[in-house]
Amino acid sequence: MQQQIDADQVRKVAKLGRLELTDAEVEAFTEQLGAILAYVEKMNELDTTDVEPLAHCLPISNVFRDDVVGPSLGTDNALANAPQRDGSFFKVPKILDDSSGA
Amino acid sequence: MSDLSYKVIVGLEIHVQLATRTKMFCGCALSFGEEANSRVCPVCLGMPGSLPVMNKQAVEYAMLAALALHCEVASFTKWDRKSYYYPDLPKNYQISQYDLPLGSGGYIEIPLEGGRTKRIRLIRAHLEEDAGKNLHTAGSFSQVDLNRAGTPLLEIVTEPDMNSAAEVRALAVELQRIVRYLGVSEADMQKGHMRFEPNINLLIERAGLQFRTPIVEVKNLNSFRALERSVAYETQRQLDVFLETGITMQMGNKSTRGWNDADETTVLQREKEEAHDYRYFPDPDLVPVTTTPEWLDEIRSRLCELPVARQMRYVGEYGLSDYDAGVLTAERATAEFFEQTVVAGADPKRVCNLLTQAGLKLANERGCDMSALGIAPAAVANLAQMADAGTVSATAASTILQAMTETGKAPELLAEEMNLVQTSDAGELERIVDQVLAENVQAVEDVVSGGKKSKKARGFLLGQVIQKTKGQANPKVVSEILDRKLS
Ligand SMILES: [Zn+2]
Repeated sequence: MQQQIDADQVRKVAKLGRLELTDAEVEAFTEQLGAILAYVEKMNELDTTDVEPLAHCLPISNVFRDDVVGPSLGTDNALANAPQRDGSFFKVPKILDDSSGA
Repeated sequence: MSDLSYKVIVGLEIHVQLATRTKMFCGCALSFGEEANSRVCPVCLGMPGSLPVMNKQAVEYAMLAALALHCEVASFTKWDRKSYYYPDLPKNYQISQYDLPLGSGGYIEIPLEGGRTKRIRLIRAHLEEDAGKNLHTAGSFSQVDLNRAGTPLLEIVTEPDMNSAAEVRALAVELQRIVRYLGVSEADMQKGHMRFEPNINLLIERAGLQFRTPIVEVKNLNSFRALERSVAYETQRQLDVFLETGITMQMGNKSTRGWNDADETTVLQREKEEAHDYRYFPDPDLVPVTTTPEWLDEIRSRLCELPVARQMRYVGEYGLSDYDAGVLTAERATAEFFEQTVVAGADPKRVCNLLTQAGLKLANERGCDMSALGIAPAAVANLAQMADAGTVSATAASTILQAMTETGKAPELLAEEMNLVQTSDAGELERIVDQVLAENVQAVEDVVSGGKKSKKARGFLLGQVIQKTKGQANPKVVSEILDRKLS
């Protein structure tokens, strides 16, 4: 069976996940993740020709709530666990490239 | 360079904030200007173990907008996680819709000069949640306010069908008009309810060859002016760069620029290489949405005539100018008020003048719409008819309209009380004209003898008559009598 994931891909995924890995860890995770992917690969042996794609594991849809205001936490509660606060704000390291917004 | 021609090609991404009371997936109230981080809860803070639940109103607003934009509404749609790290995104992913958007296709008709329209095709319209806000004014660190996090947004993506800064602006204005008409968004630019991201490049033809400049995306524009200016600026900048370097569009040379409002230029933004690896996958915390035909029909029944169709109808049916029709249809409340006065018997042009010259100004001053001015359409129709009949002058009609909003009294009564009734009684006016002519022999001579003093003298006589009636004579009737007597 071909290798499922290489060290560069592990480094890339780690970077995207903001994880700092040592070379030894990269090697270990490459092997472990490879084994997991190979295991999941077994699924490809199934014939899914007539099986509808599934977006969710529960056979339900349209679970809504009404547009009614509920309680919010309030500023002090919201900030209670923050590592740092500045007045009513969360305080974070200076953001240089602001590409914020949805 | 004489054989060089070019056109700009623009597609738009637009985020529209929906007018729900609460956030997309939790019961926190939408707020503007509240204390930072006061409108947050475990769900919108991304606390472990908290679970999102869809706001039905937000889904229905999005369906209504999608129908109005002629989109195909998906019978099955779901939620996906878009992963990226940023301080304003507490969960480290944004809940959005990836491969099954609520609305696909569709179009927006934009009005062009001279009553023509142009159809701008849409690629998709989907629902997502907004991020919070970062503030960078505090020196060596940044501040984060998560009150906005989780606010429902409709993201609309157009095809690159616009070919000028003016068309881009027209699309944005038209979309604002549509969502306000539908009541799905307040679309208040000052509050950031509409944000634009144009994708811009040029198609250049030189010496029989075609060139495309690299695509530039300008981020987060929140005014029509900035949107229009940024497209105009990019058009010129990309042309200059092409002439200097000859660089054309290739895989991977799309760039992102920010808008500098102060000097009205775009500035290159550095982006990390992997920034666009969002690793979308279905959100296991949310179940899908299925839209049944019955539900869609119910939503469809809430649709109304859209502004551009209404504007064209006012030009065709009522003979209004394109400009006036645009002003009357800008807000649904104004258009509906106008139509009610016409139904009540007012002449469309007359009442159009009354509303555009006086009514809208009053509504504007009071920060409300026409329907909240406290005047009944039927009463305004009466007033318009009084002006048509010459009972009051056009100027007096505007004054009376204002008094109606202040007192709630009927226009006939106010005209009497305010001494604004014009005398059109030919018999009485004729008597006064005779008196004025007798008192001003020299002026009469000047008029009758013709010559250069004639016009001025006639104006003097007319003024005397108006003065004697304390401004209540109908100038048109007086003028006719004068003409008859002095010819
Ligand atoms: Zn919340």
